[in-house]
Amino acid sequence: MNAILNRYKRIHWLSGIALIIALVLSLPILVVTSSLFGGFGPTLAHLIDTVLSDYVINSLLLLLGVSVGVLLIGVPTAWLTSVCEFKGKTLFTWALLLPLAVPAYIVAYTYTGILDYAGPVQNTIRELSGLNYGEYYFFEVRSLGGAITMLTLVLYPYVYLLARAAFLEQSSNVLEVCRTLGYSRKQAFWRLSLPMARPAIIAGLTLALMETLADFGTVQYFGISTFTTGIYRTFYGLGDPTAASQLASILLTFVAFLIILERYSRRQHRYHSSSEQRPASALIQLSKKQSCWAWIVCLIPICFGFLIPASVLSYWSITQASFDGQQFIGLAWNSLYLAFSAAIVAVLLSLLLVYAKRIKSTALVVSANTVVGLGYALPGTIIAIGIIIPLAWLDHRIIEFVDHYFKIDVGLVLSGSLFALLFAYTVRFLAVSMGAVQTGFDKIKPNIDNSARSLGHTNLQVIGKIHFPLMRGSMLTALLIVFVDVLKELPATLILRPFNFNTLAVHAYELASDERLIDAAPASIMIVAVGLLPVILLSRSISNSRAQKAL
Amino acid sequence: MNAAEPILAPLLNISNVSVAYANHTVVKDVSIDIKQGEIGCLLGPSGCGKSTLLRAIAGFEPLSQGSISLLGKSLSNKDFTTAPEQRNIGMVFQDIALFPHLNVAQNIAFGIQHLTKTEQRARVKQLLDLIELSHYATLYPHQISGGQQQRIALARALAPKPKLLLLDEPFSGLDAKLRETLVPQVKAILKAEHVSALIVSHDQGEAFAIADKIAIMENGKIHQWDSAFNSYHIPATKFVASFIGDSRFLPGIVSCEHCIDTQLGRLKNPFPHGFKEGSTVDVLVRLENIITQADSAHFGKVVKKNFHGSYYKYELSLADNSTILYSTNAKDTAEHQLGENIPLKFCSESLVIFAR
Repeated sequence: MNAILNRYKRIHWLSGIALIIALVLSLPILVVTSSLFGGFGPTLAHLIDTVLSDYVINSLLLLLGVSVGVLLIGVPTAWLTSVCEFKGKTLFTWALLLPLAVPAYIVAYTYTGILDYAGPVQNTIRELSGLNYGEYYFFEVRSLGGAITMLTLVLYPYVYLLARAAFLEQSSNVLEVCRTLGYSRKQAFWRLSLPMARPAIIAGLTLALMETLADFGTVQYFGISTFTTGIYRTFYGLGDPTAASQLASILLTFVAFLIILERYSRRQHRYHSSSEQRPASALIQLSKKQSCWAWIVCLIPICFGFLIPASVLSYWSITQASFDGQQFIGLAWNSLYLAFSAAIVAVLLSLLLVYAKRIKSTALVVSANTVVGLGYALPGTIIAIGIIIPLAWLDHRIIEFVDHYFKIDVGLVLSGSLFALLFAYTVRFLAVSMGAVQTGFDKIKPNIDNSARSLGHTNLQVIGKIHFPLMRGSMLTALLIVFVDVLKELPATLILRPFNFNTLAVHAYELASDERLIDAAPASIMIVAVGLLPVILLSRSISNSRAQKAL
Repeated sequence: MNAAEPILAPLLNISNVSVAYANHTVVKDVSIDIKQGEIGCLLGPSGCGKSTLLRAIAGFEPLSQGSISLLGKSLSNKDFTTAPEQRNIGMVFQDIALFPHLNVAQNIAFGIQHLTKTEQRARVKQLLDLIELSHYATLYPHQISGGQQQRIALARALAPKPKLLLLDEPFSGLDAKLRETLVPQVKAILKAEHVSALIVSHDQGEAFAIADKIAIMENGKIHQWDSAFNSYHIPATKFVASFIGDSRFLPGIVSCEHCIDTQLGRLKNPFPHGFKEGSTVDVLVRLENIITQADSAHFGKVVKKNFHGSYYKYELSLADNSTILYSTNAKDTAEHQLGENIPLKFCSESLVIFAR
């Protein structure tokens, strides 16, 4: 009797915890949306009159430009590396992921350093031609077009990854049926392959666009007025948190649209997947000339998205940057332990949420997981604003309380500490770690649990003896991904960091803002180097799954 | 409870059990007993509730009505469910579910951690010998074949000497040839371990080969809980009659207390069949009940024909468009053609009759 009562209690206890986590983590969204009902102050009226249309137009142009860019790079490279066979394909398959390691703002700093008036390219032009500045045409990097290019260069891998998976999953049988019905290979591609991959391509595109909307570093540095820069300026420059969160809620509608589009595409995508292996005969063998073109198509994004920025940053770091070892170690330490703590928190919460769902998949727990899973779509600026407002309010209540009863000044215990940062990172990156943990759990069939239970083990023992050993890999993956994402994160860190607390990303941002691009290189290259870890992991899992399929 | 009762009491008692998922009752008012050492089988088409009943016995599903008890000790009723790990009931799953991170010996020893290392080793060795996989102790699940995995899953479940072993479609993931050798092997293993078992299957041949008693289930209900022989020869319901064996129903009219008039003439039962004269009934006609007889006045027209290697199977249509099945030895008898009329005779010692 007790056994089952305990079991029910435990289930309720876990579901309850899952629900509380979901509620706490949705606090930022609730705060931001509720600001819409708080009435419009003079600041927002002023913003609407002056800059709001700029924000909307620039954000839309950015989205449009990046869409075109990532599709033009992502889909052809995905098609080449999945359906075709040519020399060097294996290398390109993983090298095309490299730009994922570079945050957009770092690419932006690097290319500005290279292409600006004082940069090596224009210097060379002047030396060779003898012309002075203004006497020759040179494009302006720090422009909307520049921002679109920078974002495209580092975000196309989202489309590449998902489109490639979709092309690989397409059963060659279906394509062969199409051929037997009298379609040429080319027609089969346009009439069948591409439409079948479309949901996946759109899902990849929405991920890239979410990152575009979330971007702060690039547009801020290029001086383009978008929502994220506007929110930041309203918050700091105008000191109006309400107007800032009202702006944030407008941005949220864009995000919501993308989330809906992504969910919808993914649902479509499920129906098209098949695990069949494409026989080697179904691959299109490229001729020498065609291979050359394939090389060019694949090399351009790899060079501009990774090789050039990474080597220039390394060169600057080694030769020219002024470098304070002591300070740098301090920054690196701040970044590392912050990222590590956030990763631990995210993985622990993920385990709780996913396990609660596994034990008892009630509608409540499932929706809690879904809500938490949306965090990845939220721009850091929205999260930061949505956190700082309630935490500051809570802090002042705490200060009043403590001062009244104990006559001590405790300061800002929540909003002024790392707590606020960890909170923001958890909201934004919990979905990522949940994905990895969920994958790990999905690999363990429910009957494995049932077998262990029928052999006399309690739920807790099953976790210890079965789940934990089998999930180690997935948990490490989750830790690593969150760790790196936190390390790269800029806007939330910038808004929520405690006074005088610096990280590598913030340091790079500050130096770049002071036009000390070369001095920003060491911090930037460090971020890129760490960012490579999950990319390596990803490329390994791609080749592993291929090897497994081949077996 | 006095001392004599436990011996007479069944090992497993299931009385009036219902299991429901969100307003949908999957198992409806089921009662069966399993005796010590008996191998029972829940046989039925997919979706009939047999796996759910098995999971309820294992403790994975709560009951909405009724009770389950093992050796007189109540395990489940409407209000409580003993946790699976406290039941002393072993289970083998359809998807085998070996622990991928443990080797064969570790898998088998998983349920006997409370024993000393020496005892564990002895028990693992004994079981490995029994399932004839002594040399596989250090291999991992992914290194061995499906049939071997299934035997190891069986050994793993047997290791703690459960009072009852449940097997959920244990052979359905394996190919037909393998199944043929594995089924008798499993039966021998179960008997060697003197374990009582309840197996879920949708395959009649499997059930007949392994079980002492078979519960035929349909739509959450048990139609008959009986030996294979009785289920075949004395089916309790029309569903049992049609589910077991190759057969058709022949419409007829009761003409006396022993006889029924059909398209195959007047069929006679050796004892009174108990149906009222003039009522319409269905007579079960199995494949083996139909023979040819050159001087017969009753003909069946061949409408379908299938070659099965050692025999041909025909579907014959009678004058009133009802159909019956008929087979001939492919080697000895001439092949019939589609459309051909064959003179037929019904032969059976007793009739299986259902009201229409």
